[in-house]
Amino acid sequence: MVSGKVVEDITVKLLQLAVTELPQDVKDALRKAHHEEESAVGRAQLKAILDNVDLAEKTHSPICQDTGVVIFYVKAGAQVKGLNKIESALRKGTARATREVPLRPNAVNPFTQKNTGDNTGRNIPYINWQVVPGDTLEITVLPKGGGSENVSALKMLPPSRGIKGLKKFVVDTVINGGAKPCPPIVLGVAVGGGADIAMKLAKATLLKPIGEPNIDPDLAKLEKELREAINSTGIGPMGLGGKTTVLDLKIDFAHRHPASYPVAVVVQCWAARRASALIYSDGKVDILSHKAV
Amino acid sequence: MAIYKLKTPVSEEDTRKLGVNDTVYITGTIITARDAAHKRALKHYSEGKEIPINLEGLVIFHCGPVAKKEKNEWKIIAAGPTTSSRMNSFESEFIKNFKVRIIVGKGGMDSKTTNAMKKYGAVYGAFTGGAAVLAAKAIKHVKSVEWIDLGIPEAMWVLEVNEFGPLTIAIDTHENNLYENIQFKVEKERTKIYKKLGI
Repeated sequence: MVSGKVVEDITVKLLQLAVTELPQDVKDALRKAHHEEESAVGRAQLKAILDNVDLAEKTHSPICQDTGVVIFYVKAGAQVKGLNKIESALRKGTARATREVPLRPNAVNPFTQKNTGDNTGRNIPYINWQVVPGDTLEITVLPKGGGSENVSALKMLPPSRGIKGLKKFVVDTVINGGAKPCPPIVLGVAVGGGADIAMKLAKATLLKPIGEPNIDPDLAKLEKELREAINSTGIGPMGLGGKTTVLDLKIDFAHRHPASYPVAVVVQCWAARRASALIYSDGKVDILSHKAV
Repeated sequence: MAIYKLKTPVSEEDTRKLGVNDTVYITGTIITARDAAHKRALKHYSEGKEIPINLEGLVIFHCGPVAKKEKNEWKIIAAGPTTSSRMNSFESEFIKNFKVRIIVGKGGMDSKTTNAMKKYGAVYGAFTGGAAVLAAKAIKHVKSVEWIDLGIPEAMWVLEVNEFGPLTIAIDTHENNLYENIQFKVEKERTKIYKKLGI
């Protein structure tokens, strides 16, 4: 039986970890970018980023003031009892983290423009459910910033354009975004399924560690080709010029309708925050994304 | 690429000396303002109503901070810049009406703003996006918060800062715009990239 209190507490912990400490793979990628950057302005931007990441970790403060809209990915073991309590525990944990960490309140009613003040609202935090075999509960939080989300894009391409159309759309989306999404960025690209399916798959790729190659060798090759193309744009760190525009790019897909070729590009800022934990049936918890704390 | 340490109120003479790529640190008063605060301030101005603070010579920071109230006192926890282009439609009027001298944000602003900066003697300083703890470290205390009914991110936070920066001057009073220079180079690369990808 999973306890609502355990889930609520772990939600607070995961949000605190996610917004104050980047996963090791993201920190490594930023250090590598700083090491390799040739533009003086670009290097200065990456230096400020690295200093800020260190300072945030040491002072337990949010890395960026935009602590994002809160999105959860829950892998619920089919044998877990008490699943009906999870949603309210995630919501309570989010509201508590907003006060305790603190997080910036980022849930605004789109009609009245009123901010709820605690990061909860209609359909927010958003929860992606997946039922898996077993008796464990895996919770991942993805706080998603607005600046990068605003340049994310979807295009329903004519299927005849195929992969060429996909490549052009990815490159155009990055160039049109320019400095806005706080490069160096992480890109999630997905094709097929339908408009909503492509967007969801693209966003879910952001949960994978940076540098982990695609298991499909053809897609791994396409990812590399697109990464190199984007890094040759010269947009650079913060759009002030340089050789690192993208830290990583991942591709996923779903089979498509014969008449449709939806391509989704989800843009994530350099502060590619995420945190996850595994809750066992006896209430024991493992933090998966960060070192034991 | 000189380094300047400026105190508020900043004079027009000070800003006209600055050029793109210069680094600036600010000591004094900076005010946060995002879309909603810009909109309300301009509405008040057009109706002849006073706004809560005299902004002449001050620094506007495009930022929605994370703030916490401790023992009845506000504390800024994280305060990095937000995307400045959202303020493009307001900023030229804002500079003209309120005589602010330095706009701080990320991502740069449009040619309308660049023209207003030339005409009225203001500059744009880029603060590294997301570097919210670095920014918060320079904030000594919250002097006041105005228009809190707009919500924490959108309110106008009046902040006392010490050596707030580094800011890279990305738009100066001579119509130089670093972002436009980069965009121009990127456009030239675009065609080469299409060719390489076979599209």
